[in-house]
Amino acid sequence: MRDVSIIGIGQTPVGEHWERSLRHLAYDAIRAAMQDAGVERADALYVGNMLSGEISGQSHLGPLIADFAGLRGIEAIKVEGACGSGAAAVRMGYLAVASGLQDIVICAAVEKMTDDVGGRLTSGLAQAADADYEVVHGISFVALNALLMRRYMYAYNVAHEDFAGFSINAHANAVGNPNAMFRRAITEEAFKKAGMVADPINLLDSSPMADGAAAVILCPTEQAREFTETAVRIAGSAMATDSLSVHDRHDPLWLQAAQGSAERAYRQAGVRPADIDLFELHDAFSIMAALSLEATGFAERGKGWQLAVNGDIRPDGRIPVCTMGGLKARGHPVGATGIYQIVEATQQLRGEAGDCQIPNARLAMAQNIGGSGATIVTHILERE
Amino acid sequence: MGIAQNWRLRNQRYALVGEVCNDCGSKIFPPRDVCPYCAQPAQAPFQFSGQGEVFSHTTIYNPPVGFEEFAPYTVALVKLEEGPLVTAQLTDVEPEEVSIGQPVEMVTRKIREDGPEGLIIYGYKFRPKLEEV
Repeated sequence: MRDVSIIGIGQTPVGEHWERSLRHLAYDAIRAAMQDAGVERADALYVGNMLSGEISGQSHLGPLIADFAGLRGIEAIKVEGACGSGAAAVRMGYLAVASGLQDIVICAAVEKMTDDVGGRLTSGLAQAADADYEVVHGISFVALNALLMRRYMYAYNVAHEDFAGFSINAHANAVGNPNAMFRRAITEEAFKKAGMVADPINLLDSSPMADGAAAVILCPTEQAREFTETAVRIAGSAMATDSLSVHDRHDPLWLQAAQGSAERAYRQAGVRPADIDLFELHDAFSIMAALSLEATGFAERGKGWQLAVNGDIRPDGRIPVCTMGGLKARGHPVGATGIYQIVEATQQLRGEAGDCQIPNARLAMAQNIGGSGATIVTHILERE
Repeated sequence: MGIAQNWRLRNQRYALVGEVCNDCGSKIFPPRDVCPYCAQPAQAPFQFSGQGEVFSHTTIYNPPVGFEEFAPYTVALVKLEEGPLVTAQLTDVEPEEVSIGQPVEMVTRKIREDGPEGLIIYGYKFRPKLEEV
C-alpha cells in the first residue's frame, strides 16, 4: 500500500446554475483541479453523483465527463452512494492509487438539481431510502430525519432550539466562503421562527438543495512534490455501511457506520478525536450533525447537541465544524457534497481558507453521509 | 413501482407477514433472507399481530410525487409488540393528536394511486388502538 496525497482541488460556487449543465459543471471543477495540480493527464476518473438519471435523464457519467473534460479513453466510472457519493468517489480513487495500479487519479463529483424543481426531486432523493418499505409509504428524506430528530429530543429531553447553534455556526462561517450559497448570518430568533418542513424539522434545520461540482487530484505521496509544495496527505480513509432503512437499525439514534468508518480512519491515521483540528461533518439536517459528533467520539451519546449550545463547534471552539458553511449554508449539491467537504478541508490545511481559516490547522476530518446513515465515508487529511 | 414489484409484497402489505429466525428466535419485519441478529439463513414465516406503539412521528407537508392528495399526512416509526420497527403512515388521527408511546394497530388502507389509470396500491397503515366498548 502506498500513501496517497491530494495535489489539486477545484470547485464551482454552490447555487442555481441555470446556464450550466451537468457536464459543464463537472468540467469546471475538473479543469480547476487539474490546473491547481499542474497535471494534464490522468489514469482514471471517478465521478460521484446521485441523481443524474432521475433529474437530467442522464446515466453513464464516466465516459460523458471524461470525454467532455478532454480525457477521452481513460478509465472512468460513476460512483453512487446517495448523498455519500462524493466521498465514495474519493474513496475509490484512494484505493486505486494506494494499491499501486493508478498514479494520477481525478475524483470529481457533480450534482445538477435545478434541472427539476418539482416533486421529482423529492422522489429522487427518497430513492436513497428503502423503496419497498419506506418510500412506498410516502416518506420523504426530510421526514426520515424528522423521525430521528423527534425521537432524539424525546429520548434525551432536548428542546428544538438547542439545535440552533449548528445552523447559526454554519451560516456565520459561510459568510467568508466565496463558493457558499448562503453568505449571511442568521439569528437564534430566525431559527425559532423558521417555517416547518416536517416537524420538528424547520427550514433552518435543513440544508438547501443546489447545483455544484468539486474535484480533487490524487497521486502517490512519494510523487506529490513533483507537482506541488502544498500537498495534503490522506492519513485515513474508510467507508462503512448500515441498514438502508431506519427501521432496520438496532438503535436508530446511533450512526453505526459513522462510528465504524471514523474508528478505522482514526486507527489508520494513528490519531484520536482530540487531535483533530477541524471537522467537516454532514449537517444535511441539524440532527445529523449531533448524531455524527456522537458516533465519531466528539460527544457522549445523547450529548452532541451540547457542542452547539456551548460553542465548542465554532471556529475558536474545541472542535470547529462546517468551517466554510457546511451543507447548511455552503449548500448541499447532494452527490457532490462529499468532495466539497474534502476540498474545504484541504483549503484549511493549506492555509488557503481566507476569512474561514482555522489557525495552524494540521489535521482535518471530513465525514460524508449517504441516505439516513447507510453509507458513511470518513477521511482524515494531514498537512505535510 | 410496477405491478410485479407490488404484487410480490402482498403478504407483507396486507397481512404483515414477516419471519421468525429458526436459530435465535428473533421476530423479523420486513422479511429478509439472513437474520439481522445471528446471521443464520433459516427463517420461517411469522404473522405479526399488528399491535404496537408510536416510536416516532412526523407530518409531511411537501410530499413526493404520488402522495399530493394525502398531504398533509403523518408517518411514523411503529414499534411492533413483537419487537421490530416498521415505517408506515398513521390514519384516522389528526397530527396534533399523535404522541410517542401511543398504542396503535394495523389497518389496511389505500396507500397511493399511480394516476387515473395506474395502479392503486393498498397496504398497512396504523391507527390509534380502538378501545373496547
